[in-house]
Amino acid sequence: MPSANYTREIPQRYRLEASRCVKCGQVHYPPRLICPGCRSRQFETVALPSGGKVVTYTIISVGPSDFAAEVPYALGIVELEGGVRLMAQIVDVPPEKVSIGMPVTLEFRKLYEEGKAGIICYGHKAVPA
Amino acid sequence: MMAGIVGWGAHMPRYRVKVEEIARVWGASAEAYKKGLDVQEKSVPAPDTDSVTLSVTAARRALKRAGIRGADIGACYVGSESHPYAVKPSGTIVAEALGATPECRCADFEFACKAGTEGMAVALGLVDAGMVRYALGIGADTSQGAPGDALEYTASAGAAAYIMGKEGVVAECEHTYSYMTDTADFWRREHQYYPQHAGRFTGEPAYFKHVTGCATGIMKKSGTKPADFAFCVFHQPNGKFPATVAKQLGFKPEQWKQGLLCPLLGNTYSGSSPMGLSAILDVAEPGDRILHVSYGSGSGSDGFIYRCTDRIREVQGLAPKTRDILEGERFYLSYGEYVKFRGKIIMNERGA
Repeated sequence: MPSANYTREIPQRYRLEASRCVKCGQVHYPPRLICPGCRSRQFETVALPSGGKVVTYTIISVGPSDFAAEVPYALGIVELEGGVRLMAQIVDVPPEKVSIGMPVTLEFRKLYEEGKAGIICYGHKAVPA
Repeated sequence: MMAGIVGWGAHMPRYRVKVEEIARVWGASAEAYKKGLDVQEKSVPAPDTDSVTLSVTAARRALKRAGIRGADIGACYVGSESHPYAVKPSGTIVAEALGATPECRCADFEFACKAGTEGMAVALGLVDAGMVRYALGIGADTSQGAPGDALEYTASAGAAAYIMGKEGVVAECEHTYSYMTDTADFWRREHQYYPQHAGRFTGEPAYFKHVTGCATGIMKKSGTKPADFAFCVFHQPNGKFPATVAKQLGFKPEQWKQGLLCPLLGNTYSGSSPMGLSAILDVAEPGDRILHVSYGSGSGSDGFIYRCTDRIREVQGLAPKTRDILEGERFYLSYGEYVKFRGKIIMNERGA
């Protein structure tokens, strides 16, 4: 991820900021420019809650090069309180112990580095609640 | 209202390595280290954990207890000797994650293991001066110790965050004091991967001189004596030094045991005594007076005297308690997993 893009995405990556459509109330994460529900372009910023549950997951045994040292690891869809779903690594738990419906909390973690000399990219991962 | 702590929070990784596992690899006596250092195991940061991530989680817990928004914080100081970047502040990342930007003062602090308490002192000063309403001081480290060195048995990871303010104070800061000299007991030159230390010289002329100097200095300044405190907490490079200095100063075990985390946590460097203080605040009662003395090699100690207010009981349960995290679910690593987690294995660059 180029550094400029990364910096622009800080509000959603660091603070879980989502956009709520002023017209129909749908919440979008990541934020969108046009509401797919009602085509409105008017949004307000809302912060997502950090608590949720695992909707589904998979265990990655052969990861992309940035994550090769972390295998095996769990990658899942987490539904946050309020219904917004997002994809996140599920960490601090052996992958074989991850289960559907497991309560989790999103915690601030390092996602990856742009090589040894590049920037460090942060975001959220799911940990057991 | 006197300035003081309005919210606190601590965080540490769930991974641990036992003294026996490190000693096994280096052919050393685990019993000798456990007895000599009074340490059983230490926390280990996962590859996705650094001083910034630990700081953010600790600070979010402090916000919950303070009952304020990130945007209310007017200054953010992270003290660490393991800032992830050589050039680029840790504090900007932490402040962004909390929502404290853009109207926020920020700089990173370094002073070996007392960088965190210096950040706390500056945060208190800004609040007292009326420059900001709330200020955040954090001590955080993913500590380094050379493989096979005595430091490897204790160097661990953790953070504690303190929000200072004048409204909603849970522990008023009655006095501060600092005691500092130029002492070459522990250092790391630029581009060196691991710190060096002066062996036994790190004890009497370094740790004990400064911690004792600071503790006696602040008690003299405030007209207090050990019996006036419900709790005390000192920097914890191992489990033995803080217990020894507490006894030498005239404190009793019931005053220092609650804050002594090192036997199960290790030495979290800048996070060390601030994390011990967090464990005390978790259980303190209104009116309790607490003595807090840090130590950073190079060398210096910051001293604080806090007195808890009635509000402390209301906020203790709003975030996880330090000893609950410390003694909660833990995953024990082999030495091989530990060195992989700490990035001590030389790898090919990606794509090589």
